[in-house]
Amino acid sequence: MNVVLITIITLSALGALAAVILYFVAQKFKVYEDPRIDQVEEVLPAANCGGCGFPGCRAFAEAMVTSDDISNLYCPVGGADVMSLAAKIVGKEAAASAPQVAVIRCNGTCDNRPRTNTYDGAENCTIVATLYGGETGCSYGCLGLGECVDACHFDAMYMDEKTGLPVVIEENCVACGACVEACPKDIIELRNIGPKSRRIYVSCVNKDRGGPARKACSVACIGCGKCEQVCAFDAITIKDNLAYIDYDKCKLCRKCVEVCPTDAIHEINFPARKPKPAAKKPAAETATDKKPTAAKTAAAAKTEAAPKTESKEKPAAPKAEKKETIAGEVDQKKQTEKKTPAKDERSAKKSGLSDAKDKPEEK
Amino acid sequence: MLKTFSLGGVHPAENKLSAGKKIEVLPIPAQVSIPIAQHIGAPSAPVVNKGDSVKVGQLIAKSSGFVSANIHSPVSGTVFRIDNVLDASGYKRQAIIIKVDGDEWDESIDRSQELKKEITLSPEEIIKKVGEAGLVGLGGATFPTHVKLSVPPGKKAEVLIINGVECEPYLTSDHQLMMEKGDEIMVGTQILMKALKVDKAIIGIENNKPDAIEHMSKLAAQYEGITVQSLKVQYPQGGEKQLIDACIGRQVPSGKLPIEVGAVVQNVGTTYAVYEAVQKNKPLFERVVTVTGKSVKNPGNFLARIGTPVTALIEAAGGLPEDTGKIIGGGPMMGKALASTDVPVTKGSSGILIMPDEMSKRKETQPCIRCSKCVSVCPMGLSPYLLMTVAEKAMWDRAEEEDVMDCIECGSCSYTCPSNRPLLDYIRLAKGTVGQIIRSRNK
Amino acid sequence: MSTLIISPSPHVHSGDSVKKNMYGVIIALLPALAASLWVFGLGALIVTVTAIAASVLFEYLIEKYLLKVPSTISDGSAVITGLLLAFNLPSNLPIWIIIIGALVAIGIGKMSFGGLGNNPFNPALVGRVFLLISFPVQMTTWPKPMVNIGTYLDATTGATPLSIIKEGLKNGDKLTDLLGKIPSFADMFLGEMGGSAGEVAALALLIGFAYMLYRKIITWHIPVAVLGTIAIFAALLHWANPEAYAGPLFHLLTGGAMLGAIFMATDYVTSPMSKKGMIIFGVGIGVITILIRVFGAYPEGMSFAILIMNAFVPLIDRYVKPKRFGEIVK
Repeated sequence: MNVVLITIITLSALGALAAVILYFVAQKFKVYEDPRIDQVEEVLPAANCGGCGFPGCRAFAEAMVTSDDISNLYCPVGGADVMSLAAKIVGKEAAASAPQVAVIRCNGTCDNRPRTNTYDGAENCTIVATLYGGETGCSYGCLGLGECVDACHFDAMYMDEKTGLPVVIEENCVACGACVEACPKDIIELRNIGPKSRRIYVSCVNKDRGGPARKACSVACIGCGKCEQVCAFDAITIKDNLAYIDYDKCKLCRKCVEVCPTDAIHEINFPARKPKPAAKKPAAETATDKKPTAAKTAAAAKTEAAPKTESKEKPAAPKAEKKETIAGEVDQKKQTEKKTPAKDERSAKKSGLSDAKDKPEEK
Repeated sequence: MLKTFSLGGVHPAENKLSAGKKIEVLPIPAQVSIPIAQHIGAPSAPVVNKGDSVKVGQLIAKSSGFVSANIHSPVSGTVFRIDNVLDASGYKRQAIIIKVDGDEWDESIDRSQELKKEITLSPEEIIKKVGEAGLVGLGGATFPTHVKLSVPPGKKAEVLIINGVECEPYLTSDHQLMMEKGDEIMVGTQILMKALKVDKAIIGIENNKPDAIEHMSKLAAQYEGITVQSLKVQYPQGGEKQLIDACIGRQVPSGKLPIEVGAVVQNVGTTYAVYEAVQKNKPLFERVVTVTGKSVKNPGNFLARIGTPVTALIEAAGGLPEDTGKIIGGGPMMGKALASTDVPVTKGSSGILIMPDEMSKRKETQPCIRCSKCVSVCPMGLSPYLLMTVAEKAMWDRAEEEDVMDCIECGSCSYTCPSNRPLLDYIRLAKGTVGQIIRSRNK
Repeated sequence: MSTLIISPSPHVHSGDSVKKNMYGVIIALLPALAASLWVFGLGALIVTVTAIAASVLFEYLIEKYLLKVPSTISDGSAVITGLLLAFNLPSNLPIWIIIIGALVAIGIGKMSFGGLGNNPFNPALVGRVFLLISFPVQMTTWPKPMVNIGTYLDATTGATPLSIIKEGLKNGDKLTDLLGKIPSFADMFLGEMGGSAGEVAALALLIGFAYMLYRKIITWHIPVAVLGTIAIFAALLHWANPEAYAGPLFHLLTGGAMLGAIFMATDYVTSPMSKKGMIIFGVGIGVITILIRVFGAYPEGMSFAILIMNAFVPLIDRYVKPKRFGEIVK
């Protein structure tokens, strides 16, 4: 009995001593932290993805509390809701920011962009990019080895085996920017999701002149400038033979999509277009025949449930729309001529550019 | 006595199929494309425009910085266009395209074949002339020669080493140059010795070229201060740092240049070009290119003008074989696979190797079995297995710690690995990324 | 002509492969296999065949049904694990125990870490030590050499030289007396002594070592470091007290010293990557082996020594780097 009693007393005394020592040490080495940092960290998504530019959510919370001006701080995963909550906690104004999504600006599928050589080496996009321009004639386009997919921590990307291009799953994408960083060809861009998830962008980054670009890929942007002409909102600029749509200025009118001769401009999540009235020429009839098909596929694609992906809409439609363009070009030209006489002068001035389109084999 | 470098190395099959083939002058093509980026450093700035007529040896692009080089026209004719052309880099880069008309040379060039031994210029004048002639390292690295010869203040050159090693399998252009132009190379060596103010030069030649060793040794006896050193056949004997280690027993410290140990290395081809530039006023616009390969009908060494499309070289060697799998610009260890034969010959094109299909495909990669053979063969004493793993995991700070920047990209590790791991692919990725990080850190 | 192939340099390969190295090791082990059959006969044959078959089978089954990855049994590493496991067992070990040993060696020692290249411990030794601790009696009854050619489970047994010396010294006997009870050094060199199936014939093992050096499968560093350290440490002890400690030649020729130094410690996956590291590794094994043999409870310490040093290999690799170019400036 004695032994047990002595043991209990000794151990209790040791425990108490340790507790006292630890208390004083904890007090001496205590680091004061603003309690708001913990509060902000609570409301953050805890993904620790680095999309905000800080190493982890806690670092972002610290920045929120310690910075005087938080207008350039934004958590893409949490979005506007989380930002307003966090801003309230720290008592500062959060910047208003539109939700964004990653966009793959290349449509050089295996069908559109034929392979001219075979790569046999380590399967990493950066390694290929430093070696040469890739397995096709377009040295700007997607290399298809999935470095972007590997970089995504939110399961928002996958490689489509048939097209050889990465696909963004809109529902999962938090616009953290990891894939944008990873891509060695700068093909991926964070763009506004748009009202009702609608957006328009040029799906090409090829800076070669029209001839070589079209030769390498049938849906390349040839820099013809038709989209720039037709845009009433100055949202489109052509630089280095490549069109670019500014997503802040774009009003989603879709005129550029209609006029693009190579279908390089993509529209996402739009309803089917109204079928155009039948024209006199038989060529136009085939055009109207094809339009409902395109509209059907677009509608079918739109009414599909949950993870609707861009590539599903595009490869189905371009073939139909391509044929339609060649036949229906006449149709569209008539339409634009009717509706925008002012633009006629512009197109007359810029005839040089349309000449470029007529000579695809120029070297 | 045979000397060699201290660490690692491998011995790939030599396959010198074009050895002993006399240098053939390749006919001038109808059109040449001269890339403005044929050297290490800033691309040159064109000084001609569309429509200008040019003569052989005329300056067409000017050096645009301290580390840059002049480019001279290899043909006479008219400038057709300045445009982006696919070159050996794998991308389209700016080039001056000239339509050939005749073969009219600039009057200042001395076209006589007699050996001119007397060196009349001062060291500074030599370096200036070498720079004006657009000389770059012809071993493949294409470093501007006049920059290499300009010893930085505080450093002193003690010995000149001439690289006649040609350790890459298949390549024989340097070998043939030594056999046919030995005297000129000796005079070129003396010119370089004068420019560097050294009295000692060693010509390193690998032991698989006994005729070259004998020939050059006999010649060296007639020239003051030049000796020939025969070297063990071990790759990469011709790597600058390894060559210095083998010849004079000094190892260039990590991150430093050869001048740190008092050595300057020049390729024999460059040395010959120095002779031509200084003694004959001839700028650099042509070079010897080996065309070779197991299925090639007529492997040989061809003197080709810069800008000649590779197709012309392949035609001269008997045409593209049916079973071609890869076309490599350079040797099989460090050469670059070409995506098209329309690529032009540049100052750095040492050879065109056509590999048959069955030799062109890599075997399947397997996990690392930690055999440490890559560590044993690395001539720089690095750990390639570790560098690949950290590169795959994007651990760039660890890669820098493990001295990835010291890698000379010789390829011995990938060559040896029993699991066929793409070691060099990932090490190059690490070098590129870490290099960028270092550059942005130093800004 | 089909499209051109583009790949980064280098564009040639030495032709070396995992298979070539593994089969080279198997060939190097053949002299020892022949010796084990000559010394221990049928028992050795059964143990060897069972161990190899079980190892290969378990690797195949685990890869096909548990891990669902392509089978790697053709690269020869499972065969080597089985062969080396067999060489570490007494030749009268029952089949069911051998199968358990193979399961532990392959399943736990190799596959649970991710297969070839990922295991920190030598798989054959993991299996062997597991069996030694789980079945101490069966694992320490050794068939007598040369007299059990046609027998297996019914072999006549006797003590190994190591255990004779160890027990004798513990009882206070003098070393010189004990040496008379064990085979001569010449006999031990040829393998005529008790012990595990493959560890007895030093000559055969050395022939295997020479072959592996010639084929450039291993370098001399680890075996020389292990054996050298054993010899030097044993010599020091023997010089300090010749009657209490056996000399270097005894320690080199008995137990698993030769087998361990040449074939177990040199396993690619579990040994260091730099030459300096290999020497440190070898010295460590030598020191621990002698410590266990002389001062520890077991008569033989090689298997434990190797496993302990295997645990240090990642640390050795982290801090001991190969000789770098540029370190010497004359």
